[in-house]
Amino acid sequence: MAEQELLPQLFKTEYRKIVSVLCRRFGLEHVETAEDIASDTFLTAAETWGLKGIPERPEAWLYKVASNKAVDFLRKKAAQDRRNSDLKTPTEYSCIDLSLQNIRDSQLEMMFAICQPLLTLSAQVALALRILCGFGIDEIAGAFLTNRETIAKRLQRAKEKLRDNNVRLEFPSNPAIRLQPVLSTLYLLFNEGYYSRNQDIAIRRDLCLEAMRLALLLTEYPETNLPDTNALLALMCFHASRLDARIGTRGEIIRYDEQNPSQWNVGLTDKGHHYLNRAAKGAEAGPYHLQAAIAYWHTRQEDTTEKWEAILDLYNRLLIRQYSPVAALNRAYATYKVQGKTAGILEAEKLKLTHYGPYHHLLGYLYIGEDSAKAITHLQQALRQSKTQADRDNIRRDLAHPDLQTAPTHHPG
Amino acid sequence: MNEFLLLFRRDFTSADAQPSAQELQDLMKKWQHWLGGIAAQNKLVENGNRLASEGKVVHAGDRVTDGPYAEIKEVLGGYSIIRAETLDEATELAKGCPVTLIDGTVEVRQLVPPNL
Repeated sequence: MAEQELLPQLFKTEYRKIVSVLCRRFGLEHVETAEDIASDTFLTAAETWGLKGIPERPEAWLYKVASNKAVDFLRKKAAQDRRNSDLKTPTEYSCIDLSLQNIRDSQLEMMFAICQPLLTLSAQVALALRILCGFGIDEIAGAFLTNRETIAKRLQRAKEKLRDNNVRLEFPSNPAIRLQPVLSTLYLLFNEGYYSRNQDIAIRRDLCLEAMRLALLLTEYPETNLPDTNALLALMCFHASRLDARIGTRGEIIRYDEQNPSQWNVGLTDKGHHYLNRAAKGAEAGPYHLQAAIAYWHTRQEDTTEKWEAILDLYNRLLIRQYSPVAALNRAYATYKVQGKTAGILEAEKLKLTHYGPYHHLLGYLYIGEDSAKAITHLQQALRQSKTQADRDNIRRDLAHPDLQTAPTHHPG
Repeated sequence: MNEFLLLFRRDFTSADAQPSAQELQDLMKKWQHWLGGIAAQNKLVENGNRLASEGKVVHAGDRVTDGPYAEIKEVLGGYSIIRAETLDEATELAKGCPVTLIDGTVEVRQLVPPNL
C-alpha cells in the first residue's frame, strides 16, 4: 500500500477499535475522552510518521500511543478524583488491552449500548457511524445529506442521553431480545447506503459494507448468532451483490430490469446462500427471512413466471406480517409480472398512496401502452413528488417512451 | 378507521371439499394473495386464525353436542380482522375471498369500539 494511503486506511480500521476499547475501560460516560484520545493518537501519528517515517508495525505503534495517553488520562482522573485515588494504584492501569478479542468484545458491547430504543433511530445510526465505524462528522453529514451542525448536535444529544441513563458497556443478559433493535439499526444503516439519496458511490458502498461488517461480528458470538442475524446478513449479501450494477457512472440508479447481470457479484450471492442456509435453522420465517428470500430471487437472472410467482408469494407473506409502502408497491409490480398489466394496475391503484412519488411512477410505468393519458398524468405527478435527481432522470426516461409521444402532453412550461 | 371481523364459513361435509395436493397449494396461494392485497393497503389488523373442524357446543343446562354441524350446513372455518371506514368499504375488501370459490361465504361485521 502506498505510504500516503496508509494513515487514512488505518484511521478507518483502527480509530473505532481504539474508541470502543477505551470506552470499555473508562466507562461509556467518558466516550468523548475516548474519541479525543483516539483522534489525538492519529494526529501524533501524522506528525511523527511525517518526520521520521512509518514505523515497522504501525497498528502496534498506534495502540501503544493510545494506551499511553489513556493511562495518562486515568492517572490524572484518579489524582483529581480523591474518592477514586485510593482504589487503584497507577501501575494497575499501565496497559490498555488492545487484543483482538477485547476489541471484538468492546465493539459488540458498544453495539448493544448504541442500538437501543432509548435513542431515536437517526441518533442510533449517527452514533453507530461515528463510534462503531469511525466516520467523521462531515462524512456522516454527507451520508445523511445534512449539515455538520445538525449531526454534531444529534451526536451530542445522544451521548448525553446515554450518560443520563447510565448506559453501561456490557454484554446484555437477554441478548436475544436486545438483538432486535441492533438488527433494525444495522438494516437501516445498510439501507441508508443502498437506497441513499446521496450520489457519492464511495460513501454508499462504505455504509453498506460497515453494516455488513457489524452484522458479521454478531455471527461470531453464539448468543447473537441467531437465525434472524443470519437472515439479515443474507439479505445484505444478496442486495450488495447488485450494488455495483445498480449505480451508474454518474451516480444514477439503474433499474432492476436494466441492470447488467454480468456485473452482479457472484461471490456475495454465494455468501448470501451460506447465511440463508444458516438462517433456516430457526423455526419461523421472520421478516428478514422473507426479505432475504425476495433478495435471493432478485439475484436470479432469468425473467420467468416461476421467479415472479415466488417473489409475489413472499411479498404477500411479508405484508401480512408487516406493512410497508415499499413492499406494497413491489407486490403490485410482482402482480404485474405474474398476472399482466391489468391485474398489476388494479392492485397498484388500490394502494392509494397518492402522496408517494414512487406510487405514481409505478402506475405511470404500468399505464404505458395501456392508456397514454393516464401514464403521462402519473409520471408528471411522480416528477413533481420526486426527491432526487436519480429519480427524476428515471421518470423522464419513462416519459420519453415512444408510446407516449403521440398523445397530447401537458407540460407545465 | 373502524375494525371489521371477517368470518369465513364453508361446508365441511360436502364431497366437493376433497381437493388434491395441487389444488390445496393453489388455494393456499390464493388466500395469501387475497390477504396480501388487503395488507398491501395497510388494512389488515389481524391475520386471525383458521379453526379446526372438530368442536363441541355447550347448550343450556350444560348439555353438550358434537360439533356445530347438526344445526347448520356452513360452519365457521376461520376469521380475520381488517380496517375500513365503512361497512361498504369492508365488504368491498372482502370480495374475492377464496372461500367463495368453494361455495363458502364471508360475513362482515363491525367490531363495536370499546369507547364510543
